[in-house]
Amino acid sequence: MSATRNQQSKITAQSQWQAYLQHHKLMAVDSLSRLLKSPSSSLMTWLVLAIALSLPMTLYVSLENVKQLSRTWDQTSQMSVYLKEGTLPRFADELTASIQQWPNIVSAQYISPEQALKEFTATTGLTDVIEGLEANPLPGVISVIPDLKTQDAAALEQLEFKLLEQAHVEAVQLDLLWVKRLYQFMDLGQRLVWALAALLGLAVLLIIGNTIRLSIESRKDEIRVVKLVGGTDAFVRRPFLYTGIWFGLGGGLIAWILLSGGLYWLSGPVERLISLYGSDFVLHGLGFTDSLLLIFDGVILGWLGAWLAVSRHLSSIEP
Amino acid sequence: MAHVKFDHVSKSYPGGHQALTDLSFEIAQGELAFLTGHSGAGKSTLLKLIMLMEKATRGQVLVDGVNLERLAQRQIPYHRRRIGVVFQNHQLLFDRTVFENVALPLRISGYTSRDLERRVRAALDKVGLLSKEKLNPIELSGGEQQRIGIARAVVNKPSLILADEPTGNLDPKLSMEIMKLFEQFNDVGVSVLIASHDLQLISKLKHRVLALGDGKLIGERPSQLEGA
Repeated sequence: MSATRNQQSKITAQSQWQAYLQHHKLMAVDSLSRLLKSPSSSLMTWLVLAIALSLPMTLYVSLENVKQLSRTWDQTSQMSVYLKEGTLPRFADELTASIQQWPNIVSAQYISPEQALKEFTATTGLTDVIEGLEANPLPGVISVIPDLKTQDAAALEQLEFKLLEQAHVEAVQLDLLWVKRLYQFMDLGQRLVWALAALLGLAVLLIIGNTIRLSIESRKDEIRVVKLVGGTDAFVRRPFLYTGIWFGLGGGLIAWILLSGGLYWLSGPVERLISLYGSDFVLHGLGFTDSLLLIFDGVILGWLGAWLAVSRHLSSIEP
Repeated sequence: MAHVKFDHVSKSYPGGHQALTDLSFEIAQGELAFLTGHSGAGKSTLLKLIMLMEKATRGQVLVDGVNLERLAQRQIPYHRRRIGVVFQNHQLLFDRTVFENVALPLRISGYTSRDLERRVRAALDKVGLLSKEKLNPIELSGGEQQRIGIARAVVNKPSLILADEPTGNLDPKLSMEIMKLFEQFNDVGVSVLIASHDLQLISKLKHRVLALGDGKLIGERPSQLEGA
């Protein structure tokens, strides 16, 4: 007796689960077909969402490319360490050798005042002027090339201080001071991407929320009937959540198409421009992970926007 | 045990309108009763209290021995699934077929398509509209729409059917057909409570009648059926 009852309840639970899945499928298809029934307004919403989603992603991709570009420049950045006047070549050589032993230093090379003057004379052709000088005005310089692959602005600064602390050092000049500035700009850019992503994410939520609100408004009668015949809140919510998901997915896909198309369109000119600088830079497009992230973000935001709208407006519709 | 029991129930709306005042009565299991009264007498409010579309201000409403006041918010859908409702304006959805309209309570209750199809067809057959399942309800006549509404109310095999002016827009012949339909469900043990102001029609049927006036029970005619 109890065995049969157990079996029955098992079957019921199973069929209930099946019915639940069936309803999910039904609602997914139904909400998509509703969107496709009014293609122009749906497309409009999709485009607005796509633009909102693609803007922060565009900035992100640009930033990633600048980072990559700056990495190739980092390797050629160089520091000039000016020695005090009258530093003996012996001390200069010692210092050069010790700097060379430091971690993250690619090379250090001592250029004596005489050598510097010779080079200066050769490159400027101001032989007469220089011969007229009483003494060599140029200081000795150690040219240091740091390994910047793993370093940021703060590390560069630290290196600069460390060099300044050495005996016989008069001044340190970061030849590529702008590398430092670039890092600052990229830091700023990163924050800008986040701020923009947050703002436009909010915009996506609001757009979807408002669209769902209108959809709820137009299906008021249906919601009332469903509630009257015993529909739970989850049941009532389901079609609207799927609508939100479809909006988000469509927006994400169109954003991806816009971005990929834009990058393809830009890649030719950018590569030609970069090749003029003799760099082997390649414009990086959207990677697989980034693409997935973009579309996934759209879906999540769509779902969340729908959820917020439905929770806000559904309780006001009571039979 | 009474199927529906009102125990000194009062209902007043914000703004002071007193819809029901100290109302007490019982509907037995398997009973069919009419609820009459002029419009505004409180018939709809009474039905709404049973459906938990409204809550009583004072007193208690019991359905199947369950005090509705104590029902948690999330239990309300399950309470409603045990009751079939028929409305004057039938409340059909015109964005789907007759079949889907009738299937709605089953989809909500979690029936799989095979079970669901069988039950929907049985309900449509019961109201004599099996041939119209693929039509949109908007293509049907008023009487047919009302019958679809009834099919939707009974498809889940509820033990209690509530009807609010189910014959409001229909001519006497169609009205009688609808009432006969309710009697058929009653014959198999379903409790039925029908709110109607069609006294002529009600007098032809010999069931119990509860008369409401200004939110109070002002008269009652017991069932005149043999053996009742």
